[in-house]
Amino acid sequence: MAYVPLADQDDAHALHDPQSFVTKYIWSQDHKVIAIQYGGTAIFVGLIALGLSILMRLQLGFPDTVSWIDPAFYYQAVTMHGMIMVIYLLTALFLGGFGNYLIPLMCGTRDMVFPFLNMLSFWFYLVSVIILLASFFVPGGPTGAGWTLYAPQSISHGTPGSEGGILLMLISLAVFIIAFTMGGLNYVTTILQARTRGLTLMRLPLSIWGIFTATVLGLFAFPALLVSAIMMGFDLVLGTSFFMPAMMELGAQNDHEGGSPILFQHLFWFFGHPEVYIVALPAFGLVSDVISTHARKNIFGYRMMVWAIIAIGGLSFMVWAHHMYVSGMNPYFGFFFATTTLVIAIPTALKVYNWVLTLWQGNIRLNTPMLFAIGFIFTFVHGGLTGLFLGNVVIDVPLADTYFVVAHFHMVMGVSPVLVLFAALYHWYPKMTGRMFNETLGKTHFWCTFLGTYAIYLPMHYLGFLGVPRRYYEMGNTDFIPETAQALNANITLAAIFVATAQILFFINIFWSLKNGEKSGGNPWGATTLEWQTPDTPPKHGNWGEELPSVYRWAYDYSVPGMDKDFVPQNEPGEEYEKSAHHHKGA
Amino acid sequence: MSFYRDVTRKPWNTVGLPEGIEPRPAFNMPNEKVALIIFATCASVLFSLLVVSYFIRMTVGDWVPLATPTMLWVNTGVLVLSSLCFHLAVLQSRKTGTVRFGSGAGLLSLAGGLLAVLFIAGQYSVSGQLLAAGHGLRVNAANAFFYLLTGIHVLHLLGGLWVWGRAQLRLALGANVDRARLSLELCAWYWHFLLVIWAILFYLLAST
Amino acid sequence: MAIAVVIVLLVVGSVVFHFVSPWWFTEIASHWTSVDFTINLTFWVTGFVFVAVNLFLAYSVFRYRQRKGEASKAVYEPENARLETGLTVLTTLGVAAMLAPGLFVWAQFVSVPEEAAEFEAFGSQWQWAFRYPGDDGVLGTADIEHITETNPWGINPDDPNGQDDRVIKKPYMMLPVDQPVKALLRSRDVLHNYTVPQFRIKMDMVPGMVSYLWLTPTRTGVFDILCEQYCGLGHHIMRARVEVAEPGQYAAWLQEQPTFAETQQQPDADLTAGQQAYTVCASCHGQQGEGNQAMNAPKLAGLQPWYIDRQLRYYQEGVRGAHEDDQFGRMMAPMANTVASPAARANVSAYIASLPAAPAASTLTEGDPGRGMRIYDANCASCHGDDGMGSWATDAPALAGMDDWYLATQLQNYRDGIRGAHREDDYGYQMTSMVKAMRTEEQQNDVISYINTLR
Repeated sequence: MAYVPLADQDDAHALHDPQSFVTKYIWSQDHKVIAIQYGGTAIFVGLIALGLSILMRLQLGFPDTVSWIDPAFYYQAVTMHGMIMVIYLLTALFLGGFGNYLIPLMCGTRDMVFPFLNMLSFWFYLVSVIILLASFFVPGGPTGAGWTLYAPQSISHGTPGSEGGILLMLISLAVFIIAFTMGGLNYVTTILQARTRGLTLMRLPLSIWGIFTATVLGLFAFPALLVSAIMMGFDLVLGTSFFMPAMMELGAQNDHEGGSPILFQHLFWFFGHPEVYIVALPAFGLVSDVISTHARKNIFGYRMMVWAIIAIGGLSFMVWAHHMYVSGMNPYFGFFFATTTLVIAIPTALKVYNWVLTLWQGNIRLNTPMLFAIGFIFTFVHGGLTGLFLGNVVIDVPLADTYFVVAHFHMVMGVSPVLVLFAALYHWYPKMTGRMFNETLGKTHFWCTFLGTYAIYLPMHYLGFLGVPRRYYEMGNTDFIPETAQALNANITLAAIFVATAQILFFINIFWSLKNGEKSGGNPWGATTLEWQTPDTPPKHGNWGEELPSVYRWAYDYSVPGMDKDFVPQNEPGEEYEKSAHHHKGA
Repeated sequence: MSFYRDVTRKPWNTVGLPEGIEPRPAFNMPNEKVALIIFATCASVLFSLLVVSYFIRMTVGDWVPLATPTMLWVNTGVLVLSSLCFHLAVLQSRKTGTVRFGSGAGLLSLAGGLLAVLFIAGQYSVSGQLLAAGHGLRVNAANAFFYLLTGIHVLHLLGGLWVWGRAQLRLALGANVDRARLSLELCAWYWHFLLVIWAILFYLLAST
Repeated sequence: MAIAVVIVLLVVGSVVFHFVSPWWFTEIASHWTSVDFTINLTFWVTGFVFVAVNLFLAYSVFRYRQRKGEASKAVYEPENARLETGLTVLTTLGVAAMLAPGLFVWAQFVSVPEEAAEFEAFGSQWQWAFRYPGDDGVLGTADIEHITETNPWGINPDDPNGQDDRVIKKPYMMLPVDQPVKALLRSRDVLHNYTVPQFRIKMDMVPGMVSYLWLTPTRTGVFDILCEQYCGLGHHIMRARVEVAEPGQYAAWLQEQPTFAETQQQPDADLTAGQQAYTVCASCHGQQGEGNQAMNAPKLAGLQPWYIDRQLRYYQEGVRGAHEDDQFGRMMAPMANTVASPAARANVSAYIASLPAAPAASTLTEGDPGRGMRIYDANCASCHGDDGMGSWATDAPALAGMDDWYLATQLQNYRDGIRGAHREDDYGYQMTSMVKAMRTEEQQNDVISYINTLR
């Protein structure tokens, strides 16, 4: 049967034009609406997680101030904060939010290839969030097993929420994975199959490369989490012994025998490490486009950037056991996983060099998105370098399970991706709304967030060097921890409260500007990629009006010598020619 | 390979429409098939991880292998027949260039789906027999794996049946031929995939 | 512009913070100085990259920013193969420089020297126990299925190698200085972890298997042992200490510890002797151990014998009842000396445990049992049980049916540091933390009123 690209099914699409409010905004199959639904839900649930982190910090910095933060609640807050931030906020916002919004626009299509599946993906995601939040209201509360949900403690008596909470968590994760799979199939198929004419793979913006690779990672990594969730659910509900060993609970031997807790950890981290890159790669992609646009310069070493994304994606499946150096697994694995882990640093470092080299000899516009992007480079360098400590097995041994780990992963997959999220939200805000945000508020928001988070996490590394263990409700009497550590903790908490409060600026800005922002026009940044070339802003249903765009050049024709403008949109026809390889020296 | 050519090219050096004016999808097949292949790859990862877990868990001393019930052979035969029906239905529809509810291809696909339902019923009754014989989930990890593996396989098949059911309904309502043929081919692909998965699982369960 | 300056300041600030920070590794007490060496090496390499990349970043932003009124244009440079290759090679060299020593040291970690003496650390929710091989130098086999109240280590009673093992059921262990030792790590329930920050190494304890680590202690002193694998509610109170001592002192200490066989051959308690000894107690605590609030003497009947025994020992050793604000505890301390010998303690404890236990009358009028249940189930039940009956496994006494006014005073004592703050109070210190589940009096009343319903 003949292949009919979606791009040419214009008639079919016209029929789907939503008529009523409900089909337009609620049961919408439009990728842009779904993106905003995904994004809004993710940000909402992320704010809950932010609140939980403040409660944790209050307990650590100012014990005895909040009377109802008891040990059980503290561990529940730790768990839910981690799980929500990693899965329900970052994964959902980067892929469900930005993936949905940008893929069809950047690929020059009218929508995702399976719009109905795309809608289902969001509704499943919403259900998973509701199930997750429901666990706050069941007897015993949400699970307090730590976000890693390690067996056997996650389903044994001595852990908070080991009755209802953990079950709801497992169900919620399973539903989330179904939602992600439906979305992911869409993203990958759309990018592979539905690119508009002229848009070859190497003409894709790096955002798409990042989102594409992250989605592929997700499609292959989430099954591991699904398997572990199902098997753990069996152990919990049906009493099997996949992960549950024979052990004592309150003086009585349990009914399980022979289960392997280490097997759970292998499965979990086989998902868990790629998950880091599921969050990081879209961030890498988005930030590349923000940097290039506002530096008015092509991204430096585009090919290297693409290869690095693919290399990182591939390697990320070979490093998982670096989370398990002290887990009691065969210690000889340490040699292999330390090596692969440090090897992954090489493509990652190259990406950093290329971002900085993009700025070098650029024509840099220091506006809000660019500030966030530069802030990202700084925090990512910091977080990446501390990763070299933890990846190297002997250094991990003293630092594992201390605050050094907490500081490291917050720097590298908390602060850094969140700075990119803000850069991207500000950068694409004019396209999504047709309005400019308030630049002063935006910059203030940047300074508070950037400096505040550094004040949280830089000192936290040093608590880790000292040996302060993580996941401790309080330190109690510990000889090696000086009084000053408590003072430091109090200051970290103050910084955290400051950063959390400062986020209000962001919300004021985006809501205020929705009505009062300056009209932005279609392409306020003078950007080259397709989403800025839509006939309407915000783009209407179907994105492109009568005719789909054709792509004549790569995504980064900024400041091309001999051109009047300092950018050439991808869909601007040019005389068909092969630029000389030495041409660029002529500037 | 064009992908290799693509990623090694210097994209900034070419301007224009190098591939002509037609959009160029990465794979020359319908989107649904691409998505199905990707989904099948994900599902393979899922089953591989289950198999790896099976082998790791097997090394623990308390493992008592489960004797394979004979009825599994019958069920396997039914699944093979089901897959075969879909295969023949596709061949038939290619030959005649059409598919209708009642036509040869239509009847074959109907039979394929019904045989799959029969397979699921068979699997269900095997579990019932095992439970009645005292081989419960909690008795041994080998038993637990039996229910887990067969259960997840059946769940995948149920997903396929949902698509199949919709396609049959569409056929009955006389939907457009191309859509119907595509659904039929997708079902056939997916059934073959699940048959291969089942063969591996069955071999694993029977040989250990 | 500001961002360039700020990045320079942050780089300088981070370096300065690094050098002036008082928070740094503890003074090492094991031979793993090679670990510290690798860390320092990594610090130099990564520190250099951190400074270089960020200063270059700041300079690029400063030099190539758009300025008002000045037309400027970016340079068009899609890639520079030589530069990128050079950076790749340089990065690879840097990574290799950090990885190679790391792997070299790890090779030492995985190969335990032949002469290393073994000991066992045994973790459970949320206690520590230890075991050393006896004169035969071999640890007996052990398994979960052998665990009983009198054999909390799960040592195989039929294994001759285990009979002379020295067993310790308190969170304190000793190691000889300058001698290599290998720790065998086991867990009774969930995952735990054996960490001594000064030793630089740690390893998880996994139920169903034995993990290990090894070291040569190089410095005498007493160090904290922490659990660093999240193990449930009491994770942060799962503490022990290790003393590194001169070999002679260590050997003497080890000889004082009971062998496994000795712990299994305790004579049955003499209830008659216990009853005689109890006559002294009865004047305050009542003939049937029913307690007397007017004398501030709590009910004793219904408490487990091992708990009474331990508290008597604490009174005798000044662990309890020595704090100057502990008015009633100070009255109890001399009384406890009437049963000074371990045998006498055991007898009277057994006698008290044999007394019929009727629930104490409740005196509390305030408190909401519903709210109390939430706090109790979340924070207390993990040790004291859902039914408030306590458990030998968690060293937690029974609460149900005991005097509510006494629970209130003891909770207050824990909160005020009157009880549980003594270093030798091996389990009381856990309560000084858990009592924070009831920070307000209202919450405490809620919990006690809920405990009053458990009878």
